[in-house]
Amino acid sequence: MEDSLVIAGRSFSSRLLVGTGKFSSNRVMAEVIAESCAQIVTVALRRVDLDAPGEDMLAAIDRKRCLVLPNTSGARDAQEAVRLARLARAGGLDPWVKLEVTPDPRSLLPDPIETRRAAEILVKEGFVVLPYMPADPMLARRLEDAGCATLMPLGSPIGTGRGLKTRDAVGIIIEQAKVPVIVDAGLGLPSHAAEAMELGADAVLLNTALAIADAPVLMARGFRLAVEGGRLAYLAGPGGESPTARASSPLEGLLA
Amino acid sequence: MNDLARLIDACDEAPARQALACQDRGLVRPILRRRPRGLRDMALLLSPAAGGLLDEMAVVAAKHTLERFGKARQLYAPLYVSNYCSGSCPYCGFGKQEGLVRRRLSADEVVDEAMVLRSLGMRHLLLVSGDDPVMADERFLAEVASKLRPSFSSLSVEVPSLPSQGYETLVAAGVDGVTLYQETYDRDAYEKYHCLGPKRDYDDRLHALSRAGQAGVYRLTAGVLLGLSPLALEALRLMAHIGYLQRTSWRSFVGVGVPRLRSVPAGFEVPHPVSDRDLVQLMLALRIAYPDLGITLSTRENPLMRDRLSLVAATQLSAGSRTEPGGYRAPGAAADQFRIFDERSPEQVAQSLQRQGLDPVWKDWDSCFLGESTWRKPTGL
Repeated sequence: MEDSLVIAGRSFSSRLLVGTGKFSSNRVMAEVIAESCAQIVTVALRRVDLDAPGEDMLAAIDRKRCLVLPNTSGARDAQEAVRLARLARAGGLDPWVKLEVTPDPRSLLPDPIETRRAAEILVKEGFVVLPYMPADPMLARRLEDAGCATLMPLGSPIGTGRGLKTRDAVGIIIEQAKVPVIVDAGLGLPSHAAEAMELGADAVLLNTALAIADAPVLMARGFRLAVEGGRLAYLAGPGGESPTARASSPLEGLLA
Repeated sequence: MNDLARLIDACDEAPARQALACQDRGLVRPILRRRPRGLRDMALLLSPAAGGLLDEMAVVAAKHTLERFGKARQLYAPLYVSNYCSGSCPYCGFGKQEGLVRRRLSADEVVDEAMVLRSLGMRHLLLVSGDDPVMADERFLAEVASKLRPSFSSLSVEVPSLPSQGYETLVAAGVDGVTLYQETYDRDAYEKYHCLGPKRDYDDRLHALSRAGQAGVYRLTAGVLLGLSPLALEALRLMAHIGYLQRTSWRSFVGVGVPRLRSVPAGFEVPHPVSDRDLVQLMLALRIAYPDLGITLSTRENPLMRDRLSLVAATQLSAGSRTEPGGYRAPGAAADQFRIFDERSPEQVAQSLQRQGLDPVWKDWDSCFLGESTWRKPTGL
């Protein structure tokens, strides 16, 4: 069954996106990416040394197999995010950007106003913009109107591993969205990823849950299978829950 | 008296003092299972009772550090631009002493020094000077920053306290971090040790990091010199300051440094020496109290201490440090500030981190955050 994730006209067979921070080494990170089968790998531009190509984490990513998605981690306002995106493009990366505007370095929660402002500018400049955002359905509409290629609502705050605490709002965003919805941040276990996919998310993005696991590569496999399982369940159409027992057939006991 | 000064003084009131003296481990253990709240909880983490729970504290601290910072540890190098000092602190190698070889590098000499560090992999620099506002004024520092900016990802300064406008000037020139230690929050000790120069003004220094935050400085690093005043109360006041900065300068990343006074000029005896055990308790308490705090560990500590504390609490390490102006190109040509206890090269420190399953990070910022003027076309990918 053909079931690709399509973002801005580009197809990906994997619905698991992977971040590159917090790993113990570039080697472990590369093994995790390989095991996860991720085809989109996001990299913080603040960590990339554009003047020393080949010496940093970019060199550890198989760029024939993966799209390197630069992110604007650390940007505190729209201007900083826009500058970082331009820097990445000037450095030779594809004009795709995971937009992150997080003015509070403690909570790392996205600033909706500055995110929307940066999105408008970057879309006009020809970037494919994937915005990290609070799980706010109205903001989602606004970002879609601005021309964003995806919506990336958070499941819970970055690095917390608490799972899909924003389930209801993410459900509304999925229902109304015309672009892919990728749940980003806060997923700590494969079951969290499966829950997001069963809900109808088009993909999930992971970093901390993989990087800080005792066995990151094994965890990557767990998440990959959970994402695939959750997606299959969504496509299969879950029967839903019932407060009382239901017979397998509504006709049971009626016909001899 | 303003909010911050009141907060610092409240650390010396009866409830906090009682908690600092607590001997009952049963009062500390619940704090290890939840987020510490308020001065009393902080004080309990610094108490003798907590000192008996270091293993349990280490488990909690390591978990916080892993969740917030992962396995990445950032490396930086200090670069001393001047050892002129108008102060007379008897514990510092730069204090007013006869026969000291004084030197302030020219801006070009600073660049030459910096390039030595760059060749060793360094991308984060901390520019340091003695406390002489004439020899290390904001105009000179801004000139230096402008010259270094194209070659370094992050520039911080540890220089005399500045007015708000001074910090704005530095931000415009490309400085993203300010380290400024109160040295001691004990007003009596402060007055005793700071009897000369602008540093005499306790309250001016206390509010300097807030001014830097308002001016747009991204990294604010507070700290004390351990040994000048009894540890527990000093540490509690430092924690109160950190909490204040996190609440009020919320756009800035707040960090801390807690260097121990160990090797001091002849004739000075450290009045309240801090043991290894005390230092470890303090580092763990800081991490448990503030899971997202940047914790710096300088080369004033030995390799074993730095390696072990990197696993549980420390997130930033200096490496290959020289503490005299010009010391990277010509070691020993001028007076140094303090003795180094970790002589390893940056590469050796990095390898040691890797052996422990940690990732040494050379670059975790970009000067392009600070403005179009710093934008440069990269050399390519």
